Amino acid sequence: MPVLLEARDLKKYFKTGGGMLHAVDGISFTLERGKTLGVVGESGCGKSTLGRVLLHLLELTSGEIIFDGADATNPDKQELHALRERMQVIFQDPFSSLNPRMSVSEAIMEPFKRRGGMTKADMLSETRILMETVGIAARFENSYPHELDGGRRQRIGIARALALKPDFIVCDEPVSALDVSIQAQIINLMLDLQEERGLTYMFVTHDLSVVKYISDDIMVMYLGQMVEKAPANELFRDPKHPYSKALLSAIPVPNRKNRKKRILLTGEITSPVNPKPGCRFMARCPNASEECNRPQELVECTPEHFVACCKYDTL
Amino acid sequence: MGDVLLSIKNLSIEYHTDKAVVYAVNNISLDVRHGETIGLVGETGAGKTTIAKSILRVLPTPPAVVKSGEIFFDGDDLLKTSEHGMKKIRGNKIAMIFQDPMTALNPIERVGSQIAEAIKQHNKISRAEAERRACDMLEMVGIPGGRFSEYPHQFSGGMKQRVVIAMALACKPELLLADEPTTALDVTIQAQVLEMMHDLKERLGTSVVMITHDLGVVADLCDSVAVVYAGEIVEQASADDMFESPSHPYTIGLFGSLPQLDSTERRLKPIKGLMPDPTNLPAGCRFCERCPRAAGECAQAAPEMRETAPGHFVKCFYPGGEE
Repeated sequence: MPVLLEARDLKKYFKTGGGMLHAVDGISFTLERGKTLGVVGESGCGKSTLGRVLLHLLELTSGEIIFDGADATNPDKQELHALRERMQVIFQDPFSSLNPRMSVSEAIMEPFKRRGGMTKADMLSETRILMETVGIAARFENSYPHELDGGRRQRIGIARALALKPDFIVCDEPVSALDVSIQAQIINLMLDLQEERGLTYMFVTHDLSVVKYISDDIMVMYLGQMVEKAPANELFRDPKHPYSKALLSAIPVPNRKNRKKRILLTGEITSPVNPKPGCRFMARCPNASEECNRPQELVECTPEHFVACCKYDTL
Repeated sequence: MGDVLLSIKNLSIEYHTDKAVVYAVNNISLDVRHGETIGLVGETGAGKTTIAKSILRVLPTPPAVVKSGEIFFDGDDLLKTSEHGMKKIRGNKIAMIFQDPMTALNPIERVGSQIAEAIKQHNKISRAEAERRACDMLEMVGIPGGRFSEYPHQFSGGMKQRVVIAMALACKPELLLADEPTTALDVTIQAQVLEMMHDLKERLGTSVVMITHDLGVVADLCDSVAVVYAGEIVEQASADDMFESPSHPYTIGLFGSLPQLDSTERRLKPIKGLMPDPTNLPAGCRFCERCPRAAGECAQAAPEMRETAPGHFVKCFYPGGEE
């Protein structure tokens, strides 16, 4: 498959009272059309910020974004409009990402209105098709968000993201606020839509069982940096980075048998403000030693499996 | 496992609002034994938190109305205990941990003093003695005693939750009600807190009612499980039985909805539809509309709780494993 999105050495720093906060610090990856890249990590690791700089919802500090073969690093206003039709986002909280004063059909129609060039009748019929696609019954057309449950609201969020037929969707924790039985409905819907429309997803989440299920490749982030990236099954079968190992072992598994031993991390999380050049996981790493003080290179340990730990092959 | 410590019998709770009556808890019975950790599992709005709050009698009334039932704790009916009597029980014999540690602590009081205050409330001891015990509690949950004089904002989320747990356990309660205690935490921090709760359970022998929507947490920590749906317990069994042979179609549906880490299937098996409106519950089985096994009688009559195997109770006309 051809590459749809390429990120080169992306950096996003925020100025804070104490210095520069390195939210995204030198991330590079390529994403093929029709595939899903899962991005996992804990709160504050920069995974949402990464999604936002890709969409130009936040200004990039440095780095390059190539989208569908063309440079998309510094689009002007017109280019940005064109890009936004092709890159969309689904947010975590359907309770706060919808305008409470817009009815379901108004909310879904909004992207068409913004783009312009459609008659009211066309917009309405497109809206109805979208509602059917995402599984919202026609009787909810004139309902308002507060009258709907979380699952239906998230379906509206998905319909809005699909409206302009994008190629690429950043899904930022799209099912984290939903109950498991509803979560499964939404995940299945997203998988169906991907198959039908050849969508490319970046799926940002802290839920590791969901990410394995939906992703082709998974990137593990820690304090703004990519510490490991591998095909989903490979990462779960054979994680190389000590942080990935601890993270995977910490998932509570709904199974009373073959319970595995958890790797418990100790130590405090290093501050992302003015970080030192060495490994950022060092303070919590059970295997840390002197050589971890120098910057960690991302190496391809087996084909398509990247890890940023100087001791990965000695563990 | 010891004798019964807490026994809830036929508890029904409604919320009366201007517009409607919400049937939040419907005829629930539940026993918790000494030293037992029981998981109350269910989705948003199933009534789990209402049950826990009714045990401590901290439901806001109005709108909440306890329609019927008894809650026996150490032989006394808590629903008949005076408010003065409840004050001696809350935080002392029964303690509760809430989901969000950020809002459970007073932001302008030092954490150590907050714990000491809880201890002093229930024990006739000097301030110095209470502070010494508070310091011990902090150490017990793995926070250096030297941080006694710090404020909540100086702690990370996981540490705040440990402070809350230290406070809850400060008076050595017989029963701990834990309402989604790890839901707001990151997985590696959740792992630390779960590990600590294992350890504390063993050391102190406290009975725990663990409210959660996370079956992974239940598998990890609980001895037995009650599955709550639309204000009813639909299935109850030991944790081993529940995970080995879930029998109620809702429980089976919950397991099917979870992405399995070792599965290679390309689609999940969600439960279709939504939980019924608690102001307008169906006459028959509450799960009927979403149930793949539903037959004519399910819509007509509500099934009774039946023991399908020793210690395994199911509220369904057609219980059993998946064919």
